[in-house]
Amino acid sequence: MRPSASMREAYGRTLVELGERHPEIVVLDADLSTSTQTFLFAKRFPERFFNVGVAEANLMGVAAGLASCGKLPFVSTFSVFATEKGLSQFKQSIAYPNLNVKVVVTHGGLSVGEDGASHFCLWDLAVMRSLPRTTVIVPADAVETEQAVRSLVRHRGPAFLRLPRAKTGLVYGEGYTYRGERLEFRIGGSVVLEEGEDATVLATGPMVVEALEASEALRKEGLRVGVVDVHTLKPLDERTVLEAASRTGFLVTAEDHSIFGGLGGAVAELLAERRPTPLKRVGVKDEFGKSGSWRELYEAYGLTSRHIQQAVREVRGMAR
Amino acid sequence: MVVFDRKSEPHTPSLLRELEEKARTIRRDSLIMTTEAGSGHPGGSLSCADLLSVLYFHHLRYDPANPAWEGRDRFILSKGHACPALYSALSLAGFFPREWLRTLRRLGSPLQGHPDSSSTPGVEASTGSLGQGLSIGCGMALAGRLDRREYRVYVLMGDGEMDEGQVWEAAMFASHQRLDNLVGIVDRNRIQLDGFTEEIVGLEPLAEKWRAFGWNVVEVDGHDLRQVAEALDGAEGVKGKPTVLLARTVKGKGVSFMENQVKYHGTPLTREELERALGELGG
Ligand SMILES: Cc1ncc(C[n+]2csc(CCOP(=O)(O)OP(=O)(O)O)c2C)c(N)n1
Repeated sequence: MRPSASMREAYGRTLVELGERHPEIVVLDADLSTSTQTFLFAKRFPERFFNVGVAEANLMGVAAGLASCGKLPFVSTFSVFATEKGLSQFKQSIAYPNLNVKVVVTHGGLSVGEDGASHFCLWDLAVMRSLPRTTVIVPADAVETEQAVRSLVRHRGPAFLRLPRAKTGLVYGEGYTYRGERLEFRIGGSVVLEEGEDATVLATGPMVVEALEASEALRKEGLRVGVVDVHTLKPLDERTVLEAASRTGFLVTAEDHSIFGGLGGAVAELLAERRPTPLKRVGVKDEFGKSGSWRELYEAYGLTSRHIQQAVREVRGMAR
Repeated sequence: MVVFDRKSEPHTPSLLRELEEKARTIRRDSLIMTTEAGSGHPGGSLSCADLLSVLYFHHLRYDPANPAWEGRDRFILSKGHACPALYSALSLAGFFPREWLRTLRRLGSPLQGHPDSSSTPGVEASTGSLGQGLSIGCGMALAGRLDRREYRVYVLMGDGEMDEGQVWEAAMFASHQRLDNLVGIVDRNRIQLDGFTEEIVGLEPLAEKWRAFGWNVVEVDGHDLRQVAEALDGAEGVKGKPTVLLARTVKGKGVSFMENQVKYHGTPLTREELERALGELGG
């Protein structure tokens, strides 16, 4: 078994570390700081932490005002509340005037688990990706989360970074290495984890681990399946996606999100216009979801390594 | 750097005459702009013209040559649909050429149908979807306090806008944070889009609501320039809580046939009506 680690904790720790060196960082939360882990920042820098209470519209607006005066706000709450209750404010008060606000949400996708459908947001990536000027990042594990959060400090403009609730398997080694090789996180990039010949799985968030396991299992069937960690949904690393399409001829996307409009949507749009390629999307299929443990939900809604393997077999059965 | 900074000037008859002149120009501009554009919101532009005149030509500190000057006071037009009046005031203050006004709402114009800080010099926040300005003002006021700056933040809202929940989220937050560098101004013209505020969703007792939310409340005649100026000055002396001015105004103020008429909320004047209106406004 692969070791797992909490991306939320990695976020909270990294924020504190960044706060030491960047006096312009301020952190805002909407009464979920113990869940999002921004309480760590609040403890260390109480004067730079603002809890607005259960008021997500105000959360976004206050961040906009701070950013327009030169601060670098990190805004956190659950994805469902940020995107569904703060969307109008994110759009008009932050993205449209191109303000430097980083919205880092936790509890993305079905990884929320037992709280159920009221707390799932299976369309946040679709919504945020369609907003102009907005960068959308979904790290694969705790190590990549740390890198992604750091990169947000150098990035200018509105950004949305989505983390799961669950502790998920580690993809990367300490300091952002893969099989001993040191990597560099670049917004707008992606990481080719496995080279393939027969198909490629483009995965994001906790589904990257599932994709790696699927690739390993399929090797036993004699298939060489590539795996790409698409950590930035927008701007999408189009070159890598198109290369994978040309090289392996069959693509599968995998995400803890609706199959509409997220990674699967982005890849489908790109392929349809630039390089029509057989594609299968692994994700939640137009459902709100139900309560259960996150592993059970991943099973029930088709988000496991096994489902990815099946999708690879199916897509290879499609005509090229 | 030429900073506009006249707030310490006494409210002499000559100052008040000057502010009255500016308000007249803001009204004339707002009507001409919306008629030329063929759309826009004249009624609510006229109701806040006097408030904008006192702010931009007496109370606020700013540098039109350097709109990003960090020490400037911030003004947010949360009722963004009244931007013809704001654009007029900004042009008179020297943020951009007067000629721009006639381009309102045209493709390629820096003057968008609703204010956008990334399009227009001097515009501090993007608004239009109502209810959002006070939160932004809270953020600016917090930043001013963190940076130990003297600037003050002003947010002009409509009374119909008070229906929005976000206004009250921000109101609670501002008093909790003791943002005494923040001033809200409510253009209490008693009309919103579909009709009269008290018939749609009654707001009264509005002063008591703001007081209950922890604000210092000042009620003024929003067309009495001296009262408005004094209330803005007075707010600077109030410590530990934000201040809100409830400005009693008349929608369409200054043009007899527009006053208190729901119709002119979002309907520009015809050419003939415009001629009559400009005649009444004089100047
Ligand atoms: C969130 C939102 N809902 C609806 C509208 C459409 N709208 C534009 S102006 C207006 C009425 C505003 O009334 P009030 O705040 O009293 O403005 P004023 O009378 O001062 O012009 C409405 C409903 C909007 N701009 N924003």
